[in-house]
Amino acid sequence: MFDVARAELHAPKQEIALLATAANLLVPTATDDGEFHGPSIDEFFPGALLFEGTPFEIDRIMLVRFVAVAALLLVFWLGTRRMRVVPGRFQSLVEMGLDVVRVNIADDLLGKKDGKRFLPILTTIFFMVLFMNITGIIPFLNIAGTSVIGVPLVLAIVSYVTFIYAGVKKSPKNFFKNSLFPSGVPWPVYIIVTPIELISTFIIRPVTLTLRLMMNMIVGHLLLVLFFAATQFFFFTAGGWYTLFGVGTLAFGFVFTLFEILVAVLQAYVFALLTAVYIQLAVAEEH
Amino acid sequence: MLHAVLSAATEGGETRSPVIPEWYDIIWSSVCFVIILVFFWKFVLPRVQKMLDERAEAIEGNIAKADEAQRKAEAALEEYTAQLADARAEAGRIRETAREDGKKIVAEAKDQAVTEAARVTASAQAQIDAERQSALVSLRSEVGTIAIDLASGVVGETLSDDQRAKAVVDRFLAELEAEQASTGGTK
Repeated sequence: MFDVARAELHAPKQEIALLATAANLLVPTATDDGEFHGPSIDEFFPGALLFEGTPFEIDRIMLVRFVAVAALLLVFWLGTRRMRVVPGRFQSLVEMGLDVVRVNIADDLLGKKDGKRFLPILTTIFFMVLFMNITGIIPFLNIAGTSVIGVPLVLAIVSYVTFIYAGVKKSPKNFFKNSLFPSGVPWPVYIIVTPIELISTFIIRPVTLTLRLMMNMIVGHLLLVLFFAATQFFFFTAGGWYTLFGVGTLAFGFVFTLFEILVAVLQAYVFALLTAVYIQLAVAEEH
Repeated sequence: MLHAVLSAATEGGETRSPVIPEWYDIIWSSVCFVIILVFFWKFVLPRVQKMLDERAEAIEGNIAKADEAQRKAEAALEEYTAQLADARAEAGRIRETAREDGKKIVAEAKDQAVTEAARVTASAQAQIDAERQSALVSLRSEVGTIAIDLASGVVGETLSDDQRAKAVVDRFLAELEAEQASTGGTK
């Protein structure tokens, strides 16, 4: 329990440090050279395209999200339209994807019964995050739908509401008491333990879920933009011997593109896994 | 710190923090989430579950079928083995019976032969006895005739009168027998 709490307490620090490093990388490059246009945080706030100023404003990132949702619906509609007992190639692939959540996350952590109960939520979280992450490296989309706080925040709230619901449903009277006053410790320890538990369980969890995902995607995007913008600059603006630098930045950009695929899958997995862990902690017998 | 870095990065102008959500962002994110949730909940997962159930059923069905086939094969094997053993026992029994029958037949034949031999012997004996008897009778009559002829010759009187001749012969023979009996008795 404390290990989990400690890991969570550390997580945002690391992520903030990561972001700071990335941002620091950008600042000198952006200011030193007048001609070079480095990436900036404004990338994530492109101008409105539709309904400007209303609560239904649509900008480029919202469109990217819609594309991701459409792709997700299409893939799973095609994959499960005619399900066969003996699957074809595409069905196998879709089944494999769904099994990641069903077997590796839901059944493993929550058991068959609870796993089935929370499977729709976990599946939705996993694939929504995955599809919106992967847009970060898809040509012409080039930005993750999760790199603006909305999606990470909404999903974190869903996760938060879900695990509290699971706990309250399991033991309506004792959930909060057990969460805040873990049994088996002498009462004076509660003076320390209870605030830690309160912060770690009910504040840190959703915050870390949100920030971890969003910062990963922001930093990934900034790094890719930085590498490719630099490549463009070295090749076509600076020229000469700088072209060699361009080769280097291009190679880095390629490597980081691959890395972003890994991060996209990993973040989706982590988000769904942590949600499952929170539900599991909430419904665990000793809680 | 975060804000400081970010504002430095954005080079002045309007500073927007990435951690402050906009309403439209939240709204569209929620819309996306609800669409995907409903899609998975009502459409994808039930289908997958149905297919998984069918698959499990099919696998269980196949296993049951294989078990059934295995059981049948074993039963058939057992039956054949039993039948083979039966056949062997039957063959042995038939052989044994045949052997005994043979013995019986031989014994019967032997008995029959012995009986036949005995019968043949007995009938031969009887014939011999009969012939002896008839010889004895014919001999007696011939001896009588000869004796009478002889006596007639001697006496010169015909004793051809049967009644008398017979009486004479009989008396003679009776005397002879009596004599024989007396000599036999004295001996």
